[in-house]
Amino acid sequence: MKPLKQLKNALLTQNPVLNQLLGMCSVLAVSTTVSSAFGMGVTVTAVLICSNVFISLLSPVIPQQVRIVSYIVIIAGFVTAAELLINAFFPSLASSLGVFIPLIVVNCIILARDEMFASKNSVPASALDGLFMGLGYTAAIVLLGALREVLGNGTLAGIPVLGSGFRPILMLNFAPGAFIALGLLLALVQKLTARLGQKGE
Amino acid sequence: MKDLLLLSLNAILIENVILVKCIGICPFLGVAKKTSTACGMGLAVLFVVTFSSFVTWLFQHWVLAPLGLEYLQTVAFILIIASLVQLTEMVLKRFMPPLYEALGIYLPLITTNCAVLYAALNGARDMGSLFSATVNGFMTAAGFLLALLLFNGVHQRLQQCEFPPSLKGVPAELISAGLLSMAFMGFQGFSL
Repeated sequence: MKPLKQLKNALLTQNPVLNQLLGMCSVLAVSTTVSSAFGMGVTVTAVLICSNVFISLLSPVIPQQVRIVSYIVIIAGFVTAAELLINAFFPSLASSLGVFIPLIVVNCIILARDEMFASKNSVPASALDGLFMGLGYTAAIVLLGALREVLGNGTLAGIPVLGSGFRPILMLNFAPGAFIALGLLLALVQKLTARLGQKGE
Repeated sequence: MKDLLLLSLNAILIENVILVKCIGICPFLGVAKKTSTACGMGLAVLFVVTFSSFVTWLFQHWVLAPLGLEYLQTVAFILIIASLVQLTEMVLKRFMPPLYEALGIYLPLITTNCAVLYAALNGARDMGSLFSATVNGFMTAAGFLLALLLFNGVHQRLQQCEFPPSLKGVPAELISAGLLSMAFMGFQGFSL
């Protein structure tokens, strides 16, 4: 597959969050502000690239029966490294992401890409796939984060954007707002997909 | 006794894994369609979470902490959870075949259920004793089961509704989950 087409797939038509509905937990929980959403996106992308490369290298020697457990251990290793690095260099990000950093281990996107792509493809292709899928995840979570931060707090990445007369919708800062905002975003995606499908015919 | 009651209320209602903490959304959206699968999944999670909270707390305080290996927590816990799920699968297959058949594909999927790892990490990091960590695990999973059953009820109503085409399916489910979650926000007011 051509890299450009792969990128378009990961961002638009096969977006891991918006189209495939993978990794929803972290998307809902961490998207309260743009900065934490971006931090989460970058962390997941880094773990995804590393584990894709590693699994692509090791897949010839991993026995078929224990492959899922081996993948999980490899992912957990990279997540631990990421957690230690974030704790050391970005303490404020560490406190806003909290338990969601170790929970990256059970993020379905990573296991799905490892099992579906990296175990069957070459190392460079797997690295690229990890980068693109990570970008797709980051785009989705930052989009939701921007929506929630602007309407729920009146700021974008900490900078006030909507003026002082704006009354923030506080509900968007909490779990119900997350569910509803993601629901509306997915409805928009379905609408656009349907319209594009009609044009294509 | 009072502490235990507060711990349970906190884990089931105030910090409900699905509706307040947004953890375990995939099975929540996936298996809530049928009451039987929702119950089966909920009970399997209840068992695995309680068991794994017990084992991971022991492992954390008897093995990792004395050896100064706390940074291996995530790796160790996910391995313990994966092997416990495997063990549960083998025991059920051998001694309770009907239940094993009923749970089917959901049993191996529990390994990648965030709620299990969340309860284990939460118990090992914040709970002072083995007993409270186990109770916390059990009650967290009870909250999971409660949310799953509540949403199953909502889902059956949703199937009889007319929606605009773009809202059909997951968007409508997420928005109704949001309304359900709003009800759980009411419990935040409790000062424990």
